[in-house]
Amino acid sequence: MIEFFNKLFGREASSSTAKERLRLVLMSDHLSLAPDMVEAMKRDLVDVISKYVQVDRTKIEVSFEQQDKALAMLANIPIVGVNRDAGGPRGGSGNGAPAASSAPTANPSAQASAPENPAPPQPAVPTPRRRRRKKANPAAAT
Amino acid sequence: MHVLRQDDAGGNGSQPHEQAPVATPAKLGRAIVITSGKGGVGKTTTTANLGTALARRGATVALVDADVGLRNLDILLGLESRVKYHVLDVLEETVELEEALITDKNSPTLRLLAAAQTREKDEVDTEKMRALVQRLRETFDYVLIDCPAGIETGFRNAVVGADEAIVVCTPEVSAVRDVDRVVGLLGNRFRPQLVINRVRPQLVKKGKMLSVEDVNGILRLPLLGVIADEPEVIVSTNKGEPIALRTDTKTAAAYHAIAARIAGEDVPAPTVEIKESFMGKLGSLFGGRRS
Amino acid sequence: MSARKIVLTSGKGGVGKTTTTVNLGAALAKRGHDVILVDADIGLRNLDLVLGLEKRIVFDVVDVVEGRCQLRQALIKDKRFDSLSILPAAQTRDKDAVTQAQMAKVVEDLAEMADYVLIDCPAGIEGGFRNAVAGASEAIVVTTPEVSAIRDADRVIGKLQERSMPVRLIVNRIRPEMVRSGDMLSVEDVCEILSAELLGIVPDDEEVIDTTNRGEPIVLNDQHRLKSIYEKIARRLDGEIVPFSTLDNQGFLGRLFGALKAG
Repeated sequence: MIEFFNKLFGREASSSTAKERLRLVLMSDHLSLAPDMVEAMKRDLVDVISKYVQVDRTKIEVSFEQQDKALAMLANIPIVGVNRDAGGPRGGSGNGAPAASSAPTANPSAQASAPENPAPPQPAVPTPRRRRRKKANPAAAT
Repeated sequence: MHVLRQDDAGGNGSQPHEQAPVATPAKLGRAIVITSGKGGVGKTTTTANLGTALARRGATVALVDADVGLRNLDILLGLESRVKYHVLDVLEETVELEEALITDKNSPTLRLLAAAQTREKDEVDTEKMRALVQRLRETFDYVLIDCPAGIETGFRNAVVGADEAIVVCTPEVSAVRDVDRVVGLLGNRFRPQLVINRVRPQLVKKGKMLSVEDVNGILRLPLLGVIADEPEVIVSTNKGEPIALRTDTKTAAAYHAIAARIAGEDVPAPTVEIKESFMGKLGSLFGGRRS
Repeated sequence: MSARKIVLTSGKGGVGKTTTTVNLGAALAKRGHDVILVDADIGLRNLDLVLGLEKRIVFDVVDVVEGRCQLRQALIKDKRFDSLSILPAAQTRDKDAVTQAQMAKVVEDLAEMADYVLIDCPAGIEGGFRNAVAGASEAIVVTTPEVSAIRDADRVIGKLQERSMPVRLIVNRIRPEMVRSGDMLSVEDVCEILSAELLGIVPDDEEVIDTTNRGEPIVLNDQHRLKSIYEKIARRLDGEIVPFSTLDNQGFLGRLFGALKAG
């Protein structure tokens, strides 16, 4: 009964708050406990982006932050070069193969190499929402 | 009740400061470890709430979560989403102490140094831990160290920087036994004081729970506080808002009284009230009031 | 006969591991099994106390491992049951008095003498935890419906899964009235968050402290409302399918918020 009135008057039951907080904190805990998975994710991400622009693989930063009701992945990927050709070649290889469209499409050949270690047991959590932030590096050597 | 003298050199006075103050000797903050032996008796809750209560009184307080691998101080304070760095990051100098300290949402003079979630307790360098606590004492009035359950490495590392101890006990045989063991391990140096948590006066009256006198008859420690069991504590943990922020619960009042005693105020001795007045009078005949 | 070797663990202290070990062990013994309880909390022993056998301790697990006595000599038989014994922990040593390999051997040897070996794990995930788990082939994780306990249980479940150990969950100290008013997580919430298979639900009961104070297992007391709960858990452990009942008999709302699927 009390729960009904709480909901009626907009007071969130503390158990709902607890559940939500736990969901987020466990996601965060699981990610920090699966560094191999995070590394693999980083590699895959960078491989995909490298198809379109050249990146500095040594300066990539990935972090996770709680934003509102979700966990956000923030990736900082310095772009060191963009080819003049529309679509651009794979990063650094200069083979000049043009891409037909600018929107990324599923490309089987862009599958990153499998992680060296088998992924740890998958935690039963929803996939974190990913946000990519790319910072152009003006000091990039050409 | 207890006015503890500040000893400038800290602790047992025999260790040199890494950064000795140059001009007038600065007054070092007090480093108190909160421990129990037995898990689940309310160490972390006590650390969070005592810290909050002391901060409300205007003190600067640093809370250190020494439970590497099983951190919970952050979640009790509702700060779990703000933890970026932890104790091991500071000890290993990956990050500056200032960056790792998180300011509490509700009390601006309260700061948290979180535990590492994914490391092991034996990765903590004991000497560096001691030095870290010393550093914190230089800037904070109080450094409260939340000790993990048990008496293994985690316990030893939590205790190493502290000067004083608060032992938390519930009125249950296992808890009393464990506290007794821990007090034995601590020795006199820490001048441990006792907090008895989760007392249920009705059960004590019925003889189904140890009374405060029963517990302290065995432990024989200076009594710092007695806290009755209240469901509101569960709600406050759900929300991540320490109960000491509220003014309407007995538990909050108990924590504020503990803070006052720690600060050296002369506060009436800790008791637990028995609710109904008639039964209360009956209770006091059986020595239900702690004198 | 080789016993089932089950560790009872939680991560968080104080959620009821020892109380559960004792009461579940007693319930299994009452069903006719040979049960041995092992206290793996060296330095902070409590299994003996909760069972009321503390005055009868002569030898403990460290004496066994260091060769001062035979394993059988260290076992204390609880006279109230046909077949319930405990192997106590040492009180004045610490956890590195025993290695994982030694613990595993002790548990193996005990498994030859019983149907069930229940290992009461200390709080935490340090050496004591590793020792307790070393001998086990299954785990029961005990948690309460509180935020810190669940977070710690999650960590422990992760560690157990790393060892490919099957895990089942007991949710202890649930308060149906607080669940109904939205002030406590429900059993469904807990199972969902932890993704674990449920073995038992134990309501909060203020009389439990009295039983541990007096060292009297609950199944010996026909009046105790938790007696049937532990008996059901024992039956489930034995492989029976026992539905989870509603936690109280308060009609429609109780069924709505408390009812769970069997199994």
